[in-house]
Formats: sequence, C-alpha cells, structure tokens
Amino acid sequence: MNKTVNQKAWFFVLPVFLLVAFNALIPLMTVVNFSVQETFGDNVFFWAGVRWFEEVLHSERFHAALVRQLLFTGIILLIEIPLGLAIALSMPRKGPWVSVCLVLMALPLLIPWNVVGAMWNIFALPDIGLLGRSINALGIEYNYTRQIFSAWFTMVLMDVWHWTSLVVLLCYAGLVSIPDAYYQAAKVDGARPWAVFRYIQLPKLKYVLTIAILLRFMDSFMIYTEAVVLTGGGPGNATTFLSIDLQKIALGQFDLGPAGAMSIIYFLIILFLSWLFYTLMMKDEAR
Amino acid sequence: MKRIPWLIPTLYILFLMMPIYWLVNMSFKTTNEILGSFTLWPREFTFDNYVKIFTDPTWYNGYINSITYVVINTILSVVVALPAAYAFSRYRFLGDKHLFFWLLTNRMAPPAVFALPFLQLYSAVGLFDTPVAVALAHTLFNIPLAVWILEGFMSGVPKELDETAYVDGYSFWGFFFKIFVPTIAAGIGVAAFFCFMFSWVELLLAKTLTSVAAKPIAATMTRTASTSGYELGLLAAAGTLTIVPGAFVIYFVRNYIAKGFALGRV
Repeated sequence: MNKTVNQKAWFFVLPVFLLVAFNALIPLMTVVNFSVQETFGDNVFFWAGVRWFEEVLHSERFHAALVRQLLFTGIILLIEIPLGLAIALSMPRKGPWVSVCLVLMALPLLIPWNVVGAMWNIFALPDIGLLGRSINALGIEYNYTRQIFSAWFTMVLMDVWHWTSLVVLLCYAGLVSIPDAYYQAAKVDGARPWAVFRYIQLPKLKYVLTIAILLRFMDSFMIYTEAVVLTGGGPGNATTFLSIDLQKIALGQFDLGPAGAMSIIYFLIILFLSWLFYTLMMKDEAR
Repeated sequence: MKRIPWLIPTLYILFLMMPIYWLVNMSFKTTNEILGSFTLWPREFTFDNYVKIFTDPTWYNGYINSITYVVINTILSVVVALPAAYAFSRYRFLGDKHLFFWLLTNRMAPPAVFALPFLQLYSAVGLFDTPVAVALAHTLFNIPLAVWILEGFMSGVPKELDETAYVDGYSFWGFFFKIFVPTIAAGIGVAAFFCFMFSWVELLLAKTLTSVAAKPIAATMTRTASTSGYELGLLAAAGTLTIVPGAFVIYFVRNYIAKGFALGRV
C-alpha cells in the first residue's frame, strides 16, 4: 500500500511511545547504571567502568548457563517446529472438528506459567505423578529432582507440551490461506503429496514459520517461571538457564553490578540472534 | 498414514490433556488420598479444596487482583495501540520504521532483566503493590504486540475505504469510530485476546511488583506451597481455576484464533 507522508501521525503514536518509553527506557537506564558502577550499599555508587562486563564475560558460571540455554533452545526448536508443522498438516481444514481442535490445542497457551510448572511438577513426581510413576513402572529409573537426564527430559517435554500448539496454530493459519485452486492445479499435473508440500505448502508457510521460529527462540531463551517451579534450576545447577542465573545474582545475592552487566549482555544476545534468524529467513525475499 | 489423518491430532490432544487431567483429578482428592495411595481417579471425591478457595479471602482476592490488572492492561494496550497502528498502516512519518522496530525489540526483552528496575521505578512513583503497577508493567510487551497485530489487520483494509468516507463527508474521528473500528472488529478482538493471554500467564513481573494488597493468584499459589507445607490438593484446585478464564476467552475467539496467531498477516 502506498502511504502518504504525514508528520502529524506522530500524535497518533505518541501515547504508545510515552508508555513504552516509561517502561523500557527508565529501567534500561537503571540497568546500565548498575552495570558500570560499584556499590557497598546505602545508595553510594562508585564508577567501575567495564569491569563487570569483563568479569561476566570471563566467568565460567555465565558460560555454563549460556551453553545450557543454547542447548535447551536448540533442542526444543528441533522438536517443536517439525512436530508443529506435522500436526498442522494432518489437521482437518473444514467441519465441526476444526474449532474443537483449535480450542483444545490453544488451552496450554493460556495457563499461567507457574501453574504449568506446578502441573508438571505434580504430573512427573516419581511416587504420586502419572508420568513419573508410569516411567518407573516400565523399569526405567526416573527422578527429576535427582537425575540430570530426567530433569532435562521433563523440562523439554514440558516445553513441548506448553508451546508446540503455538507452532501448530501459526502453520494452520498459513495452510488455510492457500487457495483451493493451487491444489486443483497440482492434481491436474499429477503432483505427489511430497511435491505438493515442497512446492505449494512450504513456500506459503515461509512467513508463518519465520514468526514461529522467532517467537519460540525468544521465549525459550527467556524461560524462567516454569523452569523455576519445576526444578528450581537443579539438580545442582543442571537446569539453571540464563534468566534463573540472573535472578539468583540480582535478587538472591544482590550483586547489582554483575547482574546489570549480565542483563545487558543477555539482551544483546537475544537481539543479535533474532536479527540473524530474521535476515537469514528473509534473504530470498529481497531477491 | 493417509487413511487416518485424524490420528496425529488426536494423539497430540491426548498428550495435551494428560497433565491437565492429573491436575483436575488431584484437586478433587483429599490430602490423605494424594499422599497415601496412587489412584487414577478420586476414590474419596471431595469439593473441600474448592470450598476453601471460594471462602478464604487470601485465595479469592488473588483471583480478583489478577483479573483486575489483566483487564486494565488489555483495555489500556488496545486503546493506545489503535491510533498508533492506524498511523503505521496508513502514513509515513519521520522515524516510523525505527520506532516500529524499537517497539518490537521490547518483546525480546527478558522480564528477568527488568524485574529489579521495575521494582525501583514503581516504588519511586508510589504505585508498588497496586494492580495499576502490574497493568502498566505488562504494557511493555503487550503494547508492541497489540500494535503489531492491529497493523497487520489494518493493512488488509483497502485505503479506498478511508477516502470514500471523507468524500461522504465524515470527519476523521467520525470515520475512525463509525466505520473503521467496526471494519477491523475481528482484529481488535484478536489483539485483546493476546493482551489478555500474555498478561494472564506472566508471573515474574506481577510477583515482583506486588506484596500483599495486590498479590496475583499465581503468586498466592507459590507462597502457599512454601509456607503451609505441601497442600497439593489445594494447589491443584487453585491451578485448575486459573485454567477456566483462559478456556472461556478462547471459546469466544475460536473462529479467529488461527488467523490471530499469525498476527493478522496471512
């Protein structure tokens, strides 16, 4: 759509700008302040330069949390995106079952995150939880509060349970927007199901898949509440992801300097990786 | 595979329902039954857990607080996002692309980063422990989202609609409220749904910005779990009740939900 130049449009966006600026710029400046100063309490601050940044970037604790975070995000993206796509492809397109499917699938997305954590905590308890009890009954030793593998397994399964529906709904929206004529043309040409998927459905799904990957990347990179309620970062530090580590430093130990520096590095990593994903996914579009 | 395409969605929905079933199942059990035995359905069926929640003010106030800030946030986000989205979809102005991108970067800010600064900011302006503080804090990610969704829906409306209305003698605001808003009603519904959803499920900021008076239900749950031993039945009942508003809201937008998740751009 060709848009007209109109500087008065700024008045329309001013309320949004002011509200978001109040909520984003002031706290961000607070974090920046923390990150370059040292304090011994009583609101007395000293200039510390980039010391905290150096400390965080060289700290093994931060490296370990970052590696865990990248591993977790990688695993859930590899599971949720193909799974969500497969479910969306096999869903009915018309009829009364569509609404039923959509409503039931969207349900996990509307449950408060700590309830998701608590629900899985109860569901996976080795003695009184359905999942934990069933796995142990199969003869596999499973206890997510003691074994690292069990904790990761439960965490990944919980995230798949919680968020795959988002991918399904996005892909489904893309699929129903493909006109019937495309499929009829494919039929006339005698195209196989794989060819229909590769040359008709996948190109049409590119945009929604980009959104799905971006949203899942960002949100899994920020995972906090569900993980804290489920495992509290344990056993040991096995599931201490970046947000959990940050909260331990900021609110647990009240080390404001390192917490501030870590916040900024954390935010920049998300911004950079999101930009990278988006640029790579949209590369062909420009040509 | 080809003959039974319904198998995959059915299995998936079964998988989704299992933990929810377990929660609901547990909420109807007595503490003795939960801890003493492993039963697939409640043998000593009881409503005690629900009765306690509906009669104890610390519990039901949690629900009232949560609903209050979610509703304030939803209305505020949609109302300020409407004109902004219109501006982004119809006009070019100085810094429009940068502003749009900057708004979206706030969706990428981890709430954990902002928890402590928010606590200081809202204490300083005297809003700490009020629903308004949580509602305002949640606009950080809900306004960008609402602008993004509404802009998507508005860009699908041809510009001729605007021009015809002016020719017919409508003033700008007359056109905006009498013609434009009803045209994108579905988009507004979807945007409101998403604001409701993200405000309802978020806990980190909601918990940080409240202590007693405005404590959200989700925070009441975590604190109960740690203070009064492990009353799993009560916890399960409270959890079950937090699913209800979500289910209720989804039902209303069920026909737009797929398009909504694609942010109105498909």
